[in-house]
Amino acid sequence: MTKTGFILANLFHKKTRTWLTLLSVVMAFVLFGLLQSLNLVFSASPDFIGATRLVTQSRVSFTQSLPMRMVPEMDAIPGVQRVMYQQWFGAVYRENPQIFAFAVDPERLHEVYPEWVMPEEHWNAFRGTRTGMIAGRLLADQYGWKVGDKIPLQSNIFPQKNGSKDWTFDLVGIYDGKDAQWQQQTAGGMYINHAYFAEATQFGGGNAGIFVLRLEDPDMAESVAMTVDKRYENSADETKTQTEKDFQVGFLKQLGDIGLIVRWILFAVFFTLLLVVGNTMAQSVRERVPQFAVLKTLGFSDNSVLGFVLAETVALCAIGGLLGLSLATLLGAGISKAAGPMMPVAVDGRVWLSGVIAIVVLSLVVGLLPALRARRLKIVDALAGR
Amino acid sequence: MFRQIFAITGLNLRSIPQRWGPSLVIVIGLAGVVAVFTALLAMAQGFQATLQDAGRTDNAIVLRGGSGAELNSGFGGDSADIIKLGPGIRKGSDGKPLASGEIIVITELLKKGETINAANVTLRGVEPASFELRPQLKIIEGRRFEPGLREIIVGAGVARLFDGAGVGETLSMRGSDWTVVGIFEAGDANDSEMWADAGTAQSTFNRGNGFSAVRVGLESPESLETLKAALAADPRLTVEVLQEQAYYSAQTGQFRATISVLAGVVTLIMALGAIFAALNTMYAAVATRTREIATLRAIGFGATPVLVSVMVEAVVLAFVGGVAGAFIAWAMFDNLSVSTLGQSFTQVVFAFQVSLPLVLSGLAIAMVIGFIGGLLPAVRAARMQVTTALRTQ
Repeated sequence: MTKTGFILANLFHKKTRTWLTLLSVVMAFVLFGLLQSLNLVFSASPDFIGATRLVTQSRVSFTQSLPMRMVPEMDAIPGVQRVMYQQWFGAVYRENPQIFAFAVDPERLHEVYPEWVMPEEHWNAFRGTRTGMIAGRLLADQYGWKVGDKIPLQSNIFPQKNGSKDWTFDLVGIYDGKDAQWQQQTAGGMYINHAYFAEATQFGGGNAGIFVLRLEDPDMAESVAMTVDKRYENSADETKTQTEKDFQVGFLKQLGDIGLIVRWILFAVFFTLLLVVGNTMAQSVRERVPQFAVLKTLGFSDNSVLGFVLAETVALCAIGGLLGLSLATLLGAGISKAAGPMMPVAVDGRVWLSGVIAIVVLSLVVGLLPALRARRLKIVDALAGR
Repeated sequence: MFRQIFAITGLNLRSIPQRWGPSLVIVIGLAGVVAVFTALLAMAQGFQATLQDAGRTDNAIVLRGGSGAELNSGFGGDSADIIKLGPGIRKGSDGKPLASGEIIVITELLKKGETINAANVTLRGVEPASFELRPQLKIIEGRRFEPGLREIIVGAGVARLFDGAGVGETLSMRGSDWTVVGIFEAGDANDSEMWADAGTAQSTFNRGNGFSAVRVGLESPESLETLKAALAADPRLTVEVLQEQAYYSAQTGQFRATISVLAGVVTLIMALGAIFAALNTMYAAVATRTREIATLRAIGFGATPVLVSVMVEAVVLAFVGGVAGAFIAWAMFDNLSVSTLGQSFTQVVFAFQVSLPLVLSGLAIAMVIGFIGGLLPAVRAARMQVTTALRTQ
């Protein structure tokens, strides 16, 4: 019998108990996987955004619009390659107000966001069509939009000059992200033509919500941000400029203490798990004290007995943990499909990594005490049942 | 029969202290389930109560048609004046219609302990009638703002969770300084806001004479329809009229649904884990007492009392765990003040509410889990072959 076979045979010497323990470990890791992916959503640091852009918003808050006359002024600031402006449109499509629709200048969008990939003829169509709009791939897929469709939208902020809240746009392009993470970002987004918006809207046409500044050199981020804010200090339109990454982080942080609660649950789950598995292992070793004594009599060293017990816990935690994480991956895919792109519960590589770390920690913590106990065993006492 | 049940059950329960280790698994497992369940739902409940209490059935909010929320809404002062003269609006203490134009500006404050990322907080420009429309709102420190001055009063929730919002401090907005002169408390969502004089806010934030919304007091809850019909018939206006309480309640739906789903999934998975753990423990408990049970059966005790005694033990342990879990949730989370992003894109400060019904349903879940976890081992104990069992080591 090989060592592996011996360990597995030992593990299943009480079938019911091992199965039940295994199942509770599986459940705990299903939960661990799902919660950890949720945790990552809340504590995300969007590194993929990079540091080539700054976001300038009103100092009061980003819902306070800034005047368009600032565009050429910012274009002229040294270190700024191009400025893009965008106005939140408050789009509602079929009662879904979670569409991130912005009115932009197509040319400037193209220059400032090279991460959006779209055939050049679609960019041209967007530039050339006043009532044009472009949509992110995932958003378009969600609603089955195709290039050439007329998309009826409502704005919950801006009525048209004739008082109507209904707007219609021509879908002239669908953009992709340049990599997987940017592709994720296409889930909620769409852009419309600012020139058309400014002309047709009843009010707010001369304003933009935020400005996005593409820098010539990422190292200049801090100095450019200071120059911009300095320029508008003490004016009616004071600004606050930060890197695009900080802007996004701030956005997520607004969700506030929810991430904290998720962390508390994770802790509770793990603690409970620790106790269940730890207890089973302790019990299992207690019952097999005479067996271990026999092993030692046969000539197995103290350390190899310790190894056997430890290997059992590792096997139990690893089998259960990996099964649980796999289940979580499947469930997570199902949940994010059902909940839509706004709740990206993805049990991905990062979650698996922390899951594997958890498995190692767990098996060491619960295995070490029983293993040491088996190691310290005196043959005579154990065989005599003392 | 009952005497037998009592005898064996008593024997079982009294012997629990001798095998604390395994029993503790059930207790702590269930404590975990109940604590998580209670805490999550206490959060959902606290959020809902905070918003619901902010609205009254005899107040109404008038928004621009299709805007859905005060933040998106807006109209000129002339429209506001027409609205205030609508039918069905009750008279205030000054004899004029009880109605106030309010403007919403979102400002940024730093949460305590935060240095970079600011959070959105509502600044509401209000007219004198706004106070009368919210009788629950009391100044608890300092005084009200003086109309025309750049003075501001802040809600208790904001003062508690955010920096720079204490009495005497100044907030800088659009190149001007605002002094905090008082703190108010309403015990609901209003506590998440800051209030200033509407006129001063209009001029500071370049809003002309426009308002975001008009809030009115109704003669009776039924007057809502009267006002709605009259304003809809007026060709000068495109507005929607919403009952204040319905307006706030509508904002709780999504959050509550999200948290409820989260609580459901987490509780279900944890409960399954706990059931397996409980099964394990009870099987072990039965196994270690094999000879004891067999002896009892041999001297004439029936199978049912044995079965019942194992079940009772499981349920009692589960109950103890449930109580411990509910206590943990209460001690750690009850009245804990937190904030999250509300639907109007600003922070809503609310407190966890661990209520009795919540605790009771947590305990019910614990006992169901204990029942399921005890059932199979109990059946095994009852079915035991007396002769073989007596011979086991």
